[in-house]
Amino acid sequence: MFHRLPDLADAALVTLTIDSEVITARPSDTVAAALLAAGHAACRETAVSSTPRGPYCLMGVCFDCLVTIDGVGNRQGCLVRVREGMHVETQRGKRVAGR
Amino acid sequence: MSETCDLAIIGAGPAGMAAAATAARLGLDTVVLDEQPSPGGQIYRAITETPVRQGTIFGDDYWRGLDLARAFANSGARYLPNSTVFSVDSRLEIGVSSGGKARLLQARHVIVATGAQERPMPIPGWTLPGVLTAGAAQILLKSAGLAPSGRTVLAGSGPLLWLLAAQLQRAGGTLSAILDTTPRMTFGVDMLSFLASPYLSKGRALMRETKQQIAPIDRVTGLRAEGDSRLRRVSFTDRSGVADHIECDTLLLHQGVVPNANLAMSIGCTHRWDDAQLCFVPTLDTWGHSDVAGVSIAGDGAGIAGAESAAERGRLAALDAACRLGRIDQATRDREAETPRRVLTKYGRGRAFLDRIFRPIDAHRIPAGDTLACRCEEVSAAQITEAVRIGGTGPNQLKAYLRCGMGPCQGRLCGLTVTELIAQARGKTPAEIGHYRLRPPVKPITVAELASLPRSEAEANAVARQ
Repeated sequence: MFHRLPDLADAALVTLTIDSEVITARPSDTVAAALLAAGHAACRETAVSSTPRGPYCLMGVCFDCLVTIDGVGNRQGCLVRVREGMHVETQRGKRVAGR
Repeated sequence: MSETCDLAIIGAGPAGMAAAATAARLGLDTVVLDEQPSPGGQIYRAITETPVRQGTIFGDDYWRGLDLARAFANSGARYLPNSTVFSVDSRLEIGVSSGGKARLLQARHVIVATGAQERPMPIPGWTLPGVLTAGAAQILLKSAGLAPSGRTVLAGSGPLLWLLAAQLQRAGGTLSAILDTTPRMTFGVDMLSFLASPYLSKGRALMRETKQQIAPIDRVTGLRAEGDSRLRRVSFTDRSGVADHIECDTLLLHQGVVPNANLAMSIGCTHRWDDAQLCFVPTLDTWGHSDVAGVSIAGDGAGIAGAESAAERGRLAALDAACRLGRIDQATRDREAETPRRVLTKYGRGRAFLDRIFRPIDAHRIPAGDTLACRCEEVSAAQITEAVRIGGTGPNQLKAYLRCGMGPCQGRLCGLTVTELIAQARGKTPAEIGHYRLRPPVKPITVAELASLPRSEAEANAVARQ
């Protein structure tokens, strides 16, 4: 759905996981950008009707890019930078108590 | 028990950066708090660190942000990136969340420079994965060097739509279609001012450039995003009333921007409905000071006027803050304000015309039927009109009926829609209906973060069981 432009500044890629999938991203990417670059248009299913949603505004307004990052739920993926070894989990339906 | 500063500026876009440079130069102990990892706001997003080597694709206007960012970096103002402000109280104590920890900052003056957000565009299917805002695509391009691949459609109205089209094309992209929803242009006296404005030649050049590669489909109505688990096609009605559709992978929506007003509203700054810009704007004096003592609002959060004006309004607010805090006298403030005011006048020309011709059509602002108004709580337009029919009077009451505006975005993407829907259903004006009442925390924080706030022994004892 999104691709990198061919001529970007050199950067050592970082490796992270989305659920069980291993992906690479540029270190300046936000989690939401990394998800879209890896072909994930959707990153969660809503709490109300379990329909798929994905990043929408990328500027911290819409809260549709909510993901679980390193065990902390409901983080705005567009406001958090990727990090080597980061674990991102997509959220399905309602929050599970205790997380 | 908190850290202190003279001036806290919330937001590091053009208004915040310009305000910080001015305030620090005048000797104010200045702190800039910003949610993003690098300065620029959205319009100058990633200005100091974009990975895109071919910088020309963004255009000259973008690179003007670099001067602001450099002046800010060299100003001596303290800069706290990755910092989300979740509250500002009437004593100007600011709640900040950063790195999973909360802290308090006590300011003597606050400039709210939270900028603009995309105007909600609640068309059927706007929640499908694959539908994003035009602003989102621009942010991905600037900050991550990402461009849409596959079949891409731009739909909506306004200058940013054309800027993005040109930027995507310069980046080597091909658009499947531009669906222009701008209604037929009518003439008015505001056009004279537009003809003398800097916007005319810029706009004409962008449209000419874009149209060399693609012929836009104009005066489109009835936009619908359609698909299953993701976007598959966009359907619409063309200018002659014929229904049509285009298969696509990505749909980028835009119908202008509106003030990102949640923080200012939660502080208690009075906002009024602006019928030209179809949004709530704060009531401010000529320096940007609100009706809450010590709180100014600068940039697009003070009413949409564009990046160049935002910087000047930031400078004016900073001069006024320096005067109020005793750093400069009124004569100095007024003298230093002359240049910003001159530039503001220049960039104020033509705005009324732009607001009028790019006024988004009713059907794309005020949804009907199953179309979601509130994305977070999945509340449809029909549910809202039904709640009004059985006696719901305003947005705050509808929270209790339907939970609209009570999800994580806290009404940012449904506030204007819900106000206009209720106004339409009750035959009243949006000014009479008003907006959601907003309270801190204006961004979700965890209880653990709150618990991490530093507290004195007296504060701890105040709630301890004796």
